[in-house]
Amino acid sequence: MDKRKLILAFETSCDETSIAVVENGEKILSNIVATQIDSHQRFGGVVPEVASRHHIEQITHCLTEALEVADVDYDDLSAVAVTYGPGLVGSLLIGVTAAKAVAFAHNLPLVPVNHMAGHIYAARFVDQFQYPQMALLVSGGHTEIVYIKSEYDFEILGETRDDAAGEAYDKIGRVLGVNYPAGKTIDEWAHEGSDTFDFPRAMIKEDNYDFSFSGLKSAFINTVHNAEQRDEELNSRDLAASFQQSVVDVLASKVERALLDHPVKQFVVAGGVAANKGLRSRIERDLQTKFPNVQLLMAPLKLCGDNAAMIGAAGQVAFDHKKRTDMSLNAVPGLSF
Amino acid sequence: MKILSIDTSNAPMAIALVEDKQLVAETTLNITKNHSVFLMPVIEQLMQMASWTPQQLNRIVVAQGPGSYTGVRIAVTTAKTLASTLNIELVGVSSLEVLAKAPIELTGLPVVSIFNARRNTAFAGGYQLKNNQLQTFIPEAHYELADLISQINANQQPVMVVGEIIPEFKDQFMNNTNLVTFGNAQSQFPSAFQLALIGTDRQSVEDIDGFVPNYLRITEAEMNWQKSHPGESKKSYVREV
Ligand SMILES: [Zn+2]
Repeated sequence: MDKRKLILAFETSCDETSIAVVENGEKILSNIVATQIDSHQRFGGVVPEVASRHHIEQITHCLTEALEVADVDYDDLSAVAVTYGPGLVGSLLIGVTAAKAVAFAHNLPLVPVNHMAGHIYAARFVDQFQYPQMALLVSGGHTEIVYIKSEYDFEILGETRDDAAGEAYDKIGRVLGVNYPAGKTIDEWAHEGSDTFDFPRAMIKEDNYDFSFSGLKSAFINTVHNAEQRDEELNSRDLAASFQQSVVDVLASKVERALLDHPVKQFVVAGGVAANKGLRSRIERDLQTKFPNVQLLMAPLKLCGDNAAMIGAAGQVAFDHKKRTDMSLNAVPGLSF
Repeated sequence: MKILSIDTSNAPMAIALVEDKQLVAETTLNITKNHSVFLMPVIEQLMQMASWTPQQLNRIVVAQGPGSYTGVRIAVTTAKTLASTLNIELVGVSSLEVLAKAPIELTGLPVVSIFNARRNTAFAGGYQLKNNQLQTFIPEAHYELADLISQINANQQPVMVVGEIIPEFKDQFMNNTNLVTFGNAQSQFPSAFQLALIGTDRQSVEDIDGFVPNYLRITEAEMNWQKSHPGESKKSYVREV
């Protein structure tokens, strides 16, 4: 029998310090995630310098624990994988620097991983991948539709022109007095209200796969402010429902357009906003009715947010594709596919 | 004892391999601030030339700050990760003290080390020799330059100033005190050999995981938050999920 392949993976692109051990790219042996949400809540969003300071506090503790929980030693590892972008440069640097030190200390190959590829591979823990494949990546930093013609061959079909979907949630959350990160609460409120405001669906008719959420955000904020000036109280549940309906309509319609033009075997939904119940059920229903032959792979809820297990899964495939870096690896905050 | 020492606190990068207080290899770069790209390749190369393996290292000595936040973090992350993963000793030394050691030994004068911290402020500390031991006579802190000069004047002793002496600083020293001389060109740059020598005699840290840079300044966001939320600070803001 072949020796099992073990990847030690590092992920520090934003405000989670995470280190994982993944076996054969499909089994999580450990996935330590130290979140800084409680810290950034104080500021209403991620403060980059504060994030970097927390990462350096956590990094070696997470490393030790990841190996302990996985019950493996450095001798057992095949490679070290690390997120080198996109993300906050100061945050990325902690993971990149630590991963390089570990790879050097134990003479292990170092595999650079794109954070967005990592998000797609969170769905690898649900089922094996088949190609061609398409993915909708929605998070606080990104909103994009990715076409994957064959293994580890990514092409962005469309992306947001301004705010990411998750960012829009956080911004309107602030107006509604919801703590950062606002996505989960808005999603819950949306299910208690209905779409009475009929906010704009930006770019929904345009013949491309791109998104825009800043117009929706402005319309939302204007609606609330105008009501305040009239001393009128708007129903927060209906506001949330109307906002979410617009976001989901735009995402779903662009996905439908992309799927019509690019037939695929699988469709992946991943990223922090993929935990949104409204979005999940809409995509599920759309695929069942309009694309019954496309297999839907939704990232498991607990792997939607940033974590190193997804980097380990992507890292194993990158490793098999002979992706390597030397000790000069740097963080690339604006990294694209 | 085989020591790897690292200082990337400011624009220069200094790395040395030192064995039993003897220099084996040393590199100083003053070409870029991109420490992320050059630090590990230089370590790799020096170790190769010295025929040292990572497993042979006994101790990592790192300049722990103050300095550029990102720069200090690159050295400290590298140092604490190497120490943790190789299960070896870790020693942190003040980046200001690294600059002070050689000129003190050479001149016998007390030395004040400074780094530019922008907006006419400096990270600074004053050191002198007492019974052959380096002692602090101006505590390491983040100073308005005028306050630092007042401290020097209050001490009534001639001192040598070394480090990042930008022209604006130099003017203010010359105009407001006659106790100050300035170090030579070499005294602007950290020596990783000196860093390793200081670190050889120090106690190693007990809690490698808890080892963090000595920033000497909290973040602006944190400062504003503390002002508006007195007494609310928690011990830890990070939790495992
Ligand atoms: Zn992410």
